[in-house]
Amino acid sequence: MGALQSIVAMVDPYVLQILVNIGIAIVLALGLNVITGITGQLSLGHAAFMSIGAFTSALITIKLGLPFGLNLLLSGIIAAAIGAAIGYPILRLTGDYLAICTLGFAEIVKVVFLNLDITNRALGLTVPPPKSPIPMPFYVWGVAILSIVFVCFMKESRFGRALKAIRDDEIAAEAMGINITRYKIQSFAIGSFLAGVGGGLYAHFLNYINPSDFGFLKSVDILSMMVLGGLGSIAGTVFGASVLAAAPEFLRFMAQYRMLVYGGLLVFMMVFRPNGLLGGVNFTDLVLRAIGRKPATAEINERHNKG
Amino acid sequence: MSLLKLDNVTIRFGGLVAVDSVNLTVEKGEILSLIGPNGAGKSTMFNLITGIYTPTEGTISFNGKQISGNKTHTIAAAGIGRTFQNIRLFAEQSVLDNVLIGAHTRGTWDLTGSLMKLAPWVRKEEGELTEWAIECLKQVDLAHRAYEMAVNLPYGEQRRLEIARALALKPDLILLDEPAAGMNPQEKQVLLEMVKKIRATGVTVFLVEHDMKFVMGLSDRIAVLDYGVKIAEGKPEDIRTNPQVIEAYLGKGAVH
Ligand SMILES: Nc1ncnc2c1ncn2[C@@H]1O[C@H](COP(=O)(O)OP(=O)(O)O)[C@@H](O)[C@H]1O
Ligand SMILES: [Mg+2]
Repeated sequence: MGALQSIVAMVDPYVLQILVNIGIAIVLALGLNVITGITGQLSLGHAAFMSIGAFTSALITIKLGLPFGLNLLLSGIIAAAIGAAIGYPILRLTGDYLAICTLGFAEIVKVVFLNLDITNRALGLTVPPPKSPIPMPFYVWGVAILSIVFVCFMKESRFGRALKAIRDDEIAAEAMGINITRYKIQSFAIGSFLAGVGGGLYAHFLNYINPSDFGFLKSVDILSMMVLGGLGSIAGTVFGASVLAAAPEFLRFMAQYRMLVYGGLLVFMMVFRPNGLLGGVNFTDLVLRAIGRKPATAEINERHNKG
Repeated sequence: MSLLKLDNVTIRFGGLVAVDSVNLTVEKGEILSLIGPNGAGKSTMFNLITGIYTPTEGTISFNGKQISGNKTHTIAAAGIGRTFQNIRLFAEQSVLDNVLIGAHTRGTWDLTGSLMKLAPWVRKEEGELTEWAIECLKQVDLAHRAYEMAVNLPYGEQRRLEIARALALKPDLILLDEPAAGMNPQEKQVLLEMVKKIRATGVTVFLVEHDMKFVMGLSDRIAVLDYGVKIAEGKPEDIRTNPQVIEAYLGKGAVH
């Protein structure tokens, strides 16, 4: 572990901070991507699950002092459980109605944290350092990479196919024997889990959290990352999260106009690149072509034209 | 025992009786066609069978068990596959993925399967599902299109893809809602042979179609619906000459 510490010590703290911000953003945006990009359920309250994870994780460190890995897991599970509980009634709604409900839920969560003694009300919580021998940047990127791998696996498995079917046509999905209520709730729980874990990382990286950090604007932040890269695209989400998590550092001089820029960006993307900057790009095919192997399409065409 | 039994089934939408006290059975292994003018209630009948609508009155049973009142996905899992009059493919996904989604109930690995995607036992199931999906695509002669996006297929092939997707469920009964709509005569002939082959594999076929040549050439029995009421049922040659049927299609006065 000493080796990791010395690597961290070698990197410029400013660069390190940007890298950690990007890693956390990837975890958060991937969570939203599962719910909105892959399953097609628009959520405007992702920051609420992030805050649930952040406060849970902070309290676990303060009150129980559990190891950080276990702490994050528990924070994610609690966010997922609340996600599933709230998802059960609201996921019957579609489109705008669902979006408005998630928005309302997020405001309720914020008000609850602002009024709870245990989370120190409007003063917020100071978070002690995590109980872990691994330095924070490695932790964050370890979790980010695990999240990327998991969502990639999920998307191309039977479970992920069911989610994508629901996104594309709920009636057809049901007619294929897919229990759409169950899968929507599971998708919401997975997205909330990642938001909760991201929140736990965020709390311990900033050392201080306040309920008003997790308002509507935070949800829009995360949504913008996903839309920039492309709904449902994992590479796109990683790209969007990287760009928008780093951007505020480079655009400090116009910090107060950030939301204006994001709003414009969202409108621009919806109009000109609704699939995101990287949406519709098949990376498996690209990589296979690059290393000189034929993509799957060509292979199956050959196999079946022969036979 | 009949495979599917509609017992006095009625559905009302406000004042409109879209299906009116219909009694109908589908026998194992047959090809039954449902015909009738536009708006007669044919698609509504398929939506009733598949649980998209619940009958206002009456019951529907499948393999001797009541299915009316059940959720759409449990009815599908019980062995009823279907296509839609207005094609409902997963348009932006590959042809193969469409059929793999159709094979959803044939697989078992769920969220845990995603976590263990590289494990041999999960890969084995994926491999088997893919082989099965290709099998289904071959039945409608679309295996060579497996990796194209569904929306890029020509119209007639999209209709066939919907059939492959429904077959992937390994249904006992398949419901085809106007499978030949929008096809040219050659394509219709090819489709007719495909449906015959599908029946030969042991799948019972219940279809809605307007093209009389297609229906007469394919069906063992035909039922006729008019304004939600079943006005006739029988062998193709009897239906062709049934005065009530001719009247429903051509209007009063057509029969002398
Ligand atoms: N969900 C619904 N609400 C109201 N009316 C409906 C609904 N579904 C179908 N209908 C009506 O029921 C009648 C039968 O429609 P349909 O079953 O689609 O006819 P078709 O025999 O052409 O397939 C039509 O008058 C249609 O407008
Ligand atoms: Mg119809």
